[in-house]
Amino acid sequence: MLELQLLLLFMISAAIIAVEAKDMISSVIALGTVGIGLCLGFLLLKAPDLAITQLVAEILCLIILIRATLKQDLPLVRDGRWFFNTFSTLCFIVIFLIFVFLALKEISVFGNPEMKIAKEILTGSLDKTGATNFITSVILDFRAYDTLGEATILFAAVIGVAAVMRKIGRNKPRA
Amino acid sequence: MSVYFLCLVLFSIGLYCVLRRRNIIKIIIGISIMEYAVNLFFILIGYRWHGRAPLLSQNQEVLRMVDPIPQELILISIVIGLSVLALLVAIAIKIFDKYNTFDITKIRKLKG
Repeated sequence: MLELQLLLLFMISAAIIAVEAKDMISSVIALGTVGIGLCLGFLLLKAPDLAITQLVAEILCLIILIRATLKQDLPLVRDGRWFFNTFSTLCFIVIFLIFVFLALKEISVFGNPEMKIAKEILTGSLDKTGATNFITSVILDFRAYDTLGEATILFAAVIGVAAVMRKIGRNKPRA
Repeated sequence: MSVYFLCLVLFSIGLYCVLRRRNIIKIIIGISIMEYAVNLFFILIGYRWHGRAPLLSQNQEVLRMVDPIPQELILISIVIGLSVLALLVAIAIKIFDKYNTFDITKIRKLKG
């Protein structure tokens, strides 16, 4: 699947730019590039609902992050243990990738998923729920409590942002 | 195989960013990159060769659709990731107000 590999290489290069850029605005915009590439990847992998959601979430994510880019990135300081820290991080990542390489042999080959539960849903869910979109039938019928939990998490996050960002706190009476 | 591996290389770039940058906003960007990579990995697992999107139209047989379960999980995960990002940015802005810096090596000391 050549186009998917090219898209992934594009996303990897955009991610490297996002990590290494000195300017914070360009770093945030490179992150947006990764997100839009992910949206295209969802379209290639036959997930149109996800592509729409990812597009909306990506735009909101850019707006939120641009609010936070007040200053430039910090200058690179190569003091003391800089070399040791970078070296140990890279060693850790290489070990991680080796284990990934070993673990990927165990899961099913790309393009042939097992689909044990999905067979039930694909054959029986039209009669049970009446929804022609299988993702909607799962999200709002078979796993409706999951969606309720998602709404709870969203609400909790909004309350958290409101509590953290408020300007006026309650004054403690001083003894 | 190689598609899975490229996806996890993207994950490890995010991991490097989280472990080695000192700016809080850069760390948040790294967390976002890791989240994107994991989302993409789930969808890659559910893909079938020459599959169709899991949508039915009228008078149509069910044949060779991609797996709908990972798509449903990731649909929830994207929204949760967005709300977590909003919370992280709010905390980062508060830290900037208090310490006047985004540098994590200077935020060690307790204050106030």
